[in-house]
Amino acid sequence: MPDTLVGTSAPDVAPPSTTSLIHARGLTKMFGDFTAVDAIDFDVAPGESFGFLGPNGAGKTSTMRMIGCVSPMSGGTLRILGQDPDRDGPRIRARLGVVPQQDTLDNELTVRENLLIYGRYFGLSRAECAKRADDLLDFAQLTERAGDQVEHLSGGMKRRLTIARSLINEPDLMLLDEPTTGLDPQARHLLWDRLYRLKQRGVTLVLTTHYMDEAEQLCDRLVVMDKARIVAEGSPRSLIERYSTREVTELRFAAGVQETLDGQLDGLAERIEKLPDRVLLYADDGEAAVAAAHARGLQPETVLVRRSTLEDVFLRLTGRSLIE
Amino acid sequence: MTTGAAAPSSPPASSVGGIGRVFEHRFLSYKRTFRASIFSSFLTPLLFLTAMGVGLGTYVDTQGALGGVPYIAFLAPGLLVATAMQAGSFESTFPIMGGLVWNRTFHAMYATPLRSRDIALGNLLWIAARLLMISTVFTAVIVLFGAALSPLVVFAIPVAVLTGLAFAAPIAAFSATQRTPDRFAAIFRFVITPLFIFSGTFFPVEGLPPLLRPLAWLTPLYHGGVLARGLSLGTIGTNPTPELALVHLAILLGFILVGTYAAIRTVDAKLVRG
Repeated sequence: MPDTLVGTSAPDVAPPSTTSLIHARGLTKMFGDFTAVDAIDFDVAPGESFGFLGPNGAGKTSTMRMIGCVSPMSGGTLRILGQDPDRDGPRIRARLGVVPQQDTLDNELTVRENLLIYGRYFGLSRAECAKRADDLLDFAQLTERAGDQVEHLSGGMKRRLTIARSLINEPDLMLLDEPTTGLDPQARHLLWDRLYRLKQRGVTLVLTTHYMDEAEQLCDRLVVMDKARIVAEGSPRSLIERYSTREVTELRFAAGVQETLDGQLDGLAERIEKLPDRVLLYADDGEAAVAAAHARGLQPETVLVRRSTLEDVFLRLTGRSLIE
Repeated sequence: MTTGAAAPSSPPASSVGGIGRVFEHRFLSYKRTFRASIFSSFLTPLLFLTAMGVGLGTYVDTQGALGGVPYIAFLAPGLLVATAMQAGSFESTFPIMGGLVWNRTFHAMYATPLRSRDIALGNLLWIAARLLMISTVFTAVIVLFGAALSPLVVFAIPVAVLTGLAFAAPIAAFSATQRTPDRFAAIFRFVITPLFIFSGTFFPVEGLPPLLRPLAWLTPLYHGGVLARGLSLGTIGTNPTPELALVHLAILLGFILVGTYAAIRTVDAKLVRG
């Protein structure tokens, strides 16, 4: 994608950098010759829910680790809570709540002990840890499992515990790296509900995801990352408006038919995307596109008219699907 | 909950506090297995001193090979430091890699105000505490067997702790660089077990072929063994001489200092790499 797309955020979303909780300019991360994050710019405002959307390997986790002050940046400027991560790492980390991509719970300890010991890392007294742990167990709906060893919890419960644990220091900023990856739909919805409550309480959330529904549910504003760069920025709604159409029509043809359609689809929609298993017609009026296709004598096996999603935005920007 | 960028930042935890919290975590995990652990701490010296000290010793002593020193009195301090070596080596392999690679609890610590060196030092401090427990129990059993000839044997406890740490610190530094436990088996098979057998635990190194004798000097176990034996037999001051005792001690401390520095470096590298 051309660089001109960078920084083309909608006018309603760019926050002034003076009040930013995170301020990044030209932020870069190199691993030897490999550029994991390539000079990206972004700001996160207090109270905002900010997302990094992109496929695996786009540089999301490297960015999050730099924000989390556990991975030194290779270049650029980064200020978190107004402080310099190179100099004030421990001081900044004292005010962050981190939910890493991989669980880092102590499986040998109980659910409650995991919360207690984590509070101690932040220098909280044992009494304060106990008080907060009880509230957080309730918040994470784990009170009944408080005495169980973490090893015996389901994946969804472990994620909820990790989120509860990250709140023990009452953080100013929460960093969630793919918070629901690998969970079943029910567990994901429960987790989203908990994160939504945090958002309503005014907690600033920064999350990475490769699920567009997650980004649409949780993010006020997001950047789309691809190959170490930011390729677009805006609210989910504004990105869809800018890079996609209101509706998308998905046509699936019988095996072998799609390859023979050369030219027959032209002009059916503003834009046509041929995926290996289906054809996407980008047109504001999906039903009209379907009618036009039928009028041309096309006989798809299945037809689905749906609203545009961030997946379509990503496809438009990069020519590839988010999850390959 | 959100106070914005202008909120006063809490002071970072002092390094001493950070080390203490890592230690606290390890202790919390340990409490779960406390009974089994203490039991085996008693059982190991009990079995060894019965089988080798009493059983084998009866034969050795009839030869008068050790110049009148009962074999069990010769063997006991050697076994003490060798046990510390094994415990220190075990505690610095799987638990260190576990925290960095398996359950990644050290990464969880690093996401808080704790520094990477707090995590390395807190774990080594915990290993020192474990060595202290094991060595104290072991020494108590030695005394019960009547195998200590001098009250100075109590100072064999810190010697055993230092010996265990002289292995634990460099091995922890190595463990932090590993992604799988594959090479740990090699450490135990080709380093720890041969040392256990050939570094003066069961027989004096003078019994080794002349070519191999200098090799004993390269291992912390030999130095710890000479010191512990001198204390337990009450011969320290003459065997080893005070000057030599200080050299043995300095070598143990050298292993610990170099190993600790290396462990701080490798643990930090691993935490930063992710």
